[in-house]
Amino acid sequence: MSRDEIFKSVQKVLEEALGADEDEITLDASLTADLEAESIDFLDIVFRLEKAFSTPEKPFKISQGELFPENLMENPAWVSDGKLTDEGMVMLRERMPHVDFSDFENDREVTKVAATITVGSLVDFIERKLATA
Amino acid sequence: MRWMWIDQIVEHEPGVRMVAVKNVSLAEEHLHDHFPADDTHDALPIMPASLIIEGMAQTAGIMVGAVNDFQEKVILAKIQRARVDADVVPGQTLRYEAVMDRIDTNGASTTGTILRLDHAAKDGQWQQIGQVDLMFSHIDRNMAGIAFPKENFVFSENFKPLMKQVGEKVVKR
Repeated sequence: MSRDEIFKSVQKVLEEALGADEDEITLDASLTADLEAESIDFLDIVFRLEKAFSTPEKPFKISQGELFPENLMENPAWVSDGKLTDEGMVMLRERMPHVDFSDFENDREVTKVAATITVGSLVDFIERKLATA
Repeated sequence: MRWMWIDQIVEHEPGVRMVAVKNVSLAEEHLHDHFPADDTHDALPIMPASLIIEGMAQTAGIMVGAVNDFQEKVILAKIQRARVDADVVPGQTLRYEAVMDRIDTNGASTTGTILRLDHAAKDGQWQQIGQVDLMFSHIDRNMAGIAFPKENFVFSENFKPLMKQVGEKVVKR
């Protein structure tokens, strides 16, 4: 599946899950800041992506925390005073290679992690996952 | 039994499907406000679509809760789609058929069909009148890590009679 085909499918998933218009769903649109996704929408998006990219021969399964970070606050080694620690940043980059954290690096506020996830992050995630499956 | 918008669970395939019914009655207070007579028309008692959605949410929510033996707090988090194409009036019966689409530790999504039986109709058939697709969250596992009270305030005393039927109405396919 080409990157463009993946993008088209992701676009359709986001149109349905977030009620967003096709022209708003660009590669650099942030899911929370631009498309107004809330936390429950992330679960919805995961379910819909699984459905969109599964085939009868090859189920596409996204594990918990694989696409979006979870329970960051519970680990004091990752978050201190509401900001990601060096160790937390290493963990995020390792677990979420599909997200570009270069702008986030300067700020590191945990509440802004979700806003770094863009439509492009989802496309990267799917592309990697399909390539390694 | 306040705020129960289903009368009986009639079928339960654990983790797969749940069917419940509700009889709409003129004795229900809210029907007298929805809609009262005015200068232009007589009283129009119609089951509000919002409460039909609630009925489906209770049916599907019980199905989701039953998967983990009602230990999770199952909260309606999102109405993905809802359409009701026909009015439901006193003397008719609603049937909610909820199907599990997906469930994991964080929550579940369900699809649901709404049917109506008009007891006065000669053919006496269930007629499909709508579709309600929902998402539920297991809120103790919310992404923000917010803590909620320990007791299960979702499946409280109110739900007890229906929860009893969950085990009684199991059908095997």
